[in-house]
Amino acid sequence: MHSSLTLRKRAAPLLLSLLMACLAAASPASAGAAPALKAGVFEPPRAAPEFSLRGSDGAELTLARYRGKVVLMSFGYTHCAAVCPVTLATLAEARKSLGNAADAVQVIFVTVDPERDDAARMKAYMAAFDASFVGATGSTDALSAMRRSYGVTARKQGTSDGYVMDHSSSIYLIDRTGKLRAQMPYGHSAGDFVHDVKLLLAQ
Amino acid sequence: MTQTLHPTPPAAGLGARNRARSPRRARRAAVVLLLVLLLLGTLAWAALAPIERSSRDELFEIPHGTWARRMAGDKVEILPSTIRLTLGINDVLLLRNADEVPQAFGPALIMPGQSFRLPFATASTYSFACSAHASGQLAVIVEPGPERGWDTLRWRLRDLADAMRRHLLAAP
Repeated sequence: MHSSLTLRKRAAPLLLSLLMACLAAASPASAGAAPALKAGVFEPPRAAPEFSLRGSDGAELTLARYRGKVVLMSFGYTHCAAVCPVTLATLAEARKSLGNAADAVQVIFVTVDPERDDAARMKAYMAAFDASFVGATGSTDALSAMRRSYGVTARKQGTSDGYVMDHSSSIYLIDRTGKLRAQMPYGHSAGDFVHDVKLLLAQ
Repeated sequence: MTQTLHPTPPAAGLGARNRARSPRRARRAAVVLLLVLLLLGTLAWAALAPIERSSRDELFEIPHGTWARRMAGDKVEILPSTIRLTLGINDVLLLRNADEVPQAFGPALIMPGQSFRLPFATASTYSFACSAHASGQLAVIVEPGPERGWDTLRWRLRDLADAMRRHLLAAP
């Protein structure tokens, strides 16, 4: 008798706690608005780290060169079998969809494999996707420093000629004023890039 | 004078005590019944009511002083190696760096005082390089929104369990 009374005394607060917890689990407010950009957005945005590399067009490649344009920058290498061709094909498709606005967009492809990617090879590789794309190469140190400043990782896998580079695959969106505004993870459609580029161009 | 004792028969005494206790028992039973009904009502509501939140953000923050603690040899885990999100409910990963140094947090390098807000629109498992983890990988599992009923109840209970786990981990 005593034990069942104790049990009941304990059960009441337990049931009440469970009730309160269930109520707390779902807040009764309305759903929040979805973010404007499809890409991941930095808030507040910082100035995109500047760099000085060798462009596939033969000229020095700096970010300042493209001030006034929206820059879409990705990291990869020309021997990449899967991720890089898909990324560049997606960006080419997005640029085509933008029509006249495409003139205000610059795609930069920075190599993570300077051993094999010289300026000439990158130029030919870029042309296969979109002649306006610019490849960037440079010394191992310069490229490493640049990757660090953007939080990009790249690691060589294997030792023979057939090595691959394991690298992060996001695309960086830099606005007309040179601010690093957003980062689009790999796998988004050309339509998502068109959506975000239009928003950045409109600002 | 001879005093005659008329002891109350034992059975009759028990009956009187029972009669005295019965209103108390009834009250207790009513309270328990009410609580059970409330619980069932809540569970039914939790299973059937649409899940609505004030924000779709799922926030993870690097607290101030994390870098200093790491430098001192403290193994600080801020970001779980697997994050579960649900489309339409909490489908935006919000990473905030409240520390004094830049932090590679999930897929992004985030400056002090800066946040990175990453929305997801497709249910899938996303794998990101993340130097904050020993494995170097962060998995974000994005699931479709739950159906009404058992799915919704299960989602709410799991959300509650996650919240409690996070609260316990955050406790000093």
